[in-house]
Amino acid sequence: MDVNQKFTPQNWPQHAETATMEGKNKFVGIWIFLASDTVLFASVFATYLALKDQGPAGMEFSAQGLFELPLAFMMTMLLLTSSLTSVYAMYHMKNHNAKGVITWMAITVLLGLGFLALEIYEFQHYVHIGFGYTQSAFSSAFFTLVGTHGLHVIIGLVWITGLILRNAKRGLTLYNAPKFFAASIYWHFIDVVWVFIFTVVYLMGVLG
Amino acid sequence: MAHDTHFETRSQTQYEYDRARNAKHMRKQVMQFAIMILLTFVAFAAVVADFSPNFIKPLILLLAGVQVVQQLYSFMHMEEKDAPHMGVITFFMWGGGFIAFTFFVAFLTIIWW
Repeated sequence: MDVNQKFTPQNWPQHAETATMEGKNKFVGIWIFLASDTVLFASVFATYLALKDQGPAGMEFSAQGLFELPLAFMMTMLLLTSSLTSVYAMYHMKNHNAKGVITWMAITVLLGLGFLALEIYEFQHYVHIGFGYTQSAFSSAFFTLVGTHGLHVIIGLVWITGLILRNAKRGLTLYNAPKFFAASIYWHFIDVVWVFIFTVVYLMGVLG
Repeated sequence: MAHDTHFETRSQTQYEYDRARNAKHMRKQVMQFAIMILLTFVAFAAVVADFSPNFIKPLILLLAGVQVVQQLYSFMHMEEKDAPHMGVITFFMWGGGFIAFTFFVAFLTIIWW
């Protein structure tokens, strides 16, 4: 079967992402990667919780005084909305609307960039007030946890931007449908991790 | 190639039915999103409202758990049991979640810092 075969909305399969053997492999592959990523994040989360507020005697920084809820709220809204926009992209994929997929994926990237900009601002602010990576066990654990998530966001943005650029004019085929689908699953997982970060790091941090 | 798959052109009726079903599914997803936004608001509001931390902490952890299940099962389609290898995927994800849980138990209760 030619993976570049042209389709019309009439004969486009309802589950194009898993219509080919390669699509099925990508589908189960991205999920098993995410299961291993769950364990990676569990280790940095557990480390953060164990080392929260720990540092040299007389350390002036604590989670309660450091974190700002309005900023965390903005970041949460941006990432949560970007999750919905990638659902819209997958909806248009089901209807074989290539333009819709590209447009909504591009909106997802823009929202992700907004999130990343706020995170860079936040990190820059912490370093500026003296809360750098090597300041304490607390700061190392915090930057490792939130930074690992930020790295995932960067990878996701590069990945989805690459997909958009490479497939802008190709139209939807059984070759690129699994690629878009895997990227969208990965992007949702970034949001899953962020739900725990805003709850455990920011909200529970402010509670003390 | 050996694995030649033939794709049937759907009848007009089937095509319209599928499109309507996709649109209905999308409306369901938007509802899920509205619930997630609501839960996020409740979590932030509970912290800002300054109730007892002993009440808020379990509450916001529960809200996070609900949101994660929504993401996994609705947005990431784990609810589609007939998707290929969904049993394997479900096993690995919950298995990963269980291993994650043992990390928290170990780091927060067993290790003395």
